[in-house]
Amino acid sequence: MSVKKNRVHSPWGGFFFVLPSILAMAVFVYGMIGYTFRESLTNRTNAWETEIKFVGLTNYRDLLVDPEFTHALSNLLKFTIVFMIGCLLSGLIMSLLLEKGIKGEGFFRSTYLYPMAISFIAMGTSWRWLMDSARDADATGLNYLLQKIGLGFLQSDWYTSEAGSMYAMSLPAIWQMAGYVMALFLAGFRGIPDDLREAARVDGASEFKIYRHILFPQLSPTFLTVLIILGHISMKVFDLIFGIATKSYVTKVLAIYMWQVIFDFQNYAAGAAIAIVILLMIAVAVIPYLLYVNKTEEANK
Amino acid sequence: MFNKSKVAAVFAALALVVTTAPASSAAADDMEIFTWWASGGEAAGLAGMTTEFTRVNPKLKFVNATVAGAAGVNAKGVLVSRMQAGNPPDTFQAHAGAELSSYVKAKQIEDLTFLYKSEGWDKSFPKDLIKTLTTKGKIYSVPVNIHRANVLWWNPAAAKKAGITKAPDSLDALLVDLAKFKKSGIDGIALAGNGDWAMAHLFDYVLLASMGPDKFNGLWTGKTLWNSKEVTTAISYFSKILAYGNSSKSLDWPDAGKLVTTGKAGFFIMGDWASSQWQSEGLKLGTDYTWAPGPGTNGVYQWLSDSFTLPVGAPNRAAGIAWLKVCGSLAGQDAFNPKKGSIAARTDSNPALYDDYLKAAMKSWKVDRLVGSTVHGVNWGNAGMAAYNSAVGRFYTGGAKDSKGFVKALTAAAKADRNG
Repeated sequence: MSVKKNRVHSPWGGFFFVLPSILAMAVFVYGMIGYTFRESLTNRTNAWETEIKFVGLTNYRDLLVDPEFTHALSNLLKFTIVFMIGCLLSGLIMSLLLEKGIKGEGFFRSTYLYPMAISFIAMGTSWRWLMDSARDADATGLNYLLQKIGLGFLQSDWYTSEAGSMYAMSLPAIWQMAGYVMALFLAGFRGIPDDLREAARVDGASEFKIYRHILFPQLSPTFLTVLIILGHISMKVFDLIFGIATKSYVTKVLAIYMWQVIFDFQNYAAGAAIAIVILLMIAVAVIPYLLYVNKTEEANK
Repeated sequence: MFNKSKVAAVFAALALVVTTAPASSAAADDMEIFTWWASGGEAAGLAGMTTEFTRVNPKLKFVNATVAGAAGVNAKGVLVSRMQAGNPPDTFQAHAGAELSSYVKAKQIEDLTFLYKSEGWDKSFPKDLIKTLTTKGKIYSVPVNIHRANVLWWNPAAAKKAGITKAPDSLDALLVDLAKFKKSGIDGIALAGNGDWAMAHLFDYVLLASMGPDKFNGLWTGKTLWNSKEVTTAISYFSKILAYGNSSKSLDWPDAGKLVTTGKAGFFIMGDWASSQWQSEGLKLGTDYTWAPGPGTNGVYQWLSDSFTLPVGAPNRAAGIAWLKVCGSLAGQDAFNPKKGSIAARTDSNPALYDDYLKAAMKSWKVDRLVGSTVHGVNWGNAGMAAYNSAVGRFYTGGAKDSKGFVKALTAAAKADRNG
């Protein structure tokens, strides 16, 4: 067939085109991961250690009993759960509202998506003002707003309260990412052929049943994609939290603690160990997804 | 087909990337200095000292590798990676004291004792200061300035309204006055919760005021235990003081300071850089704000100092030494400090160049007992310092209730300092 004639003659030609990126990936991604892992197994726990020895998993065991590490880890998990659920729900609701093709859809779509265009640091600074914990007469930001609409009793310490800090911290993150989630779901809805809905209607299915049994099941790949994207954004969150609260204890997450351990404590081995922990957490989320995608692609061939 | 020229091209490109990567621009006449003084009085002071430097060394070119922002938080990260990569500047800024210990142990900075001898600095700096700067008989940095950490600031108009006529002279007197401020309808004390360090600064002062300089100094060497009665007493003072604080827990120190100067809060415990900040906002010392030594620490000067070092393997060592000579000289210190809003580390500087607060500080500097500031690098190294800040931040955001947890975290901080 004619397709065959157009194929590149030598398989080497294609290989050389991708070679630079393969090399760069091998060195700067996988090489560095390997280097970091190796570092995490050594005794380089300060700036002046000259006899570098391998100490096995000691650094990881030390992390487990380091109260700052466990605090940062539990902060990160709280943040992740609230952030993911919040983004999924608000993104789904927004996409349901727009899915029917209402008037001015384009306007709403861009409005919802707009927060994504703002850098984490700029957003962090403004949300720091919004979530100021000053109350009553001194209140600014959200606390002021709550008073004005008669909900003064809801005033809160936001991210500076020990118990609620990470839940408050996920607000700006949800605000930013929900529009993106909406866009993904909307694309998912649009990918479902109209014939299916019409067929269901002809068969007498109610709108609710159409969503429940026809549309949502078809969205499950989108759903999974969204989960993975949100999950890995959440695991490595750094700039948003740094922009709002810098290195404050109360909102410390793994990435911030890692940075502190490496640059403030100059404890390179422990810092590398934290980096590997973050990498593993992301891998737990991403690898099953990659396997799933591969499998479905195989099946579709 | 294996195309040889293609392969060659790829390798040539790679080689180009590799060889051009470390763009080191160390010309023989350059003097590269690394600081985080990028704006305001700090930058003005640095410019003053630079002028002095180029006057003395007209042939050297001054290269300023400033990394701006976050009180040196960003700069320290860049500096650490440069030092580790074996690409140090000719000199860099660091707090004098234990903060330098990791560089010393890593043999990354040079012993400067010879400069102290040749320039006569061992006589022109106070003895207590030299003693703190010396590790195992060697001195590794040249202090440019001295800031005082234990200073109480307030707004005379607000104090008058609250019926406070003189500065409190003990922690108990401070608590009485805090209550007076509260009664007059404003917060007793301004708190700057963002990033934990300003809270730790306040706690550092309370420790000093509550247990006195001898016991306080013992905390950093292990002679005073963190689970001792003295520390528990200090913590209970600290939580009583916190109860009079502003409700916003996320202020930076300039914003917290503004609460005081605008009459919304009574007292403020902050280093004397607050004074130069307020003067740059157009406020007047004596009428818009005034000061006293932190209650209970009269006669004790809790100091911190910015200093410069000589990295091992500096590309232009002679230029680095030339800079350090300017840093330690009378002309250099008097060019820098009036603008930065600090006093000279030397005891022979010219008071006429300084404002009233700084004149008083200069007098105290000569006669007071000198004690280091923990939050600003004198008493502990970086790891201990960061853990100290975290411990205070945790206590504060937890509502100042968990004293036992606080003691535990402080003990852990001491351990972190010894390991780090």
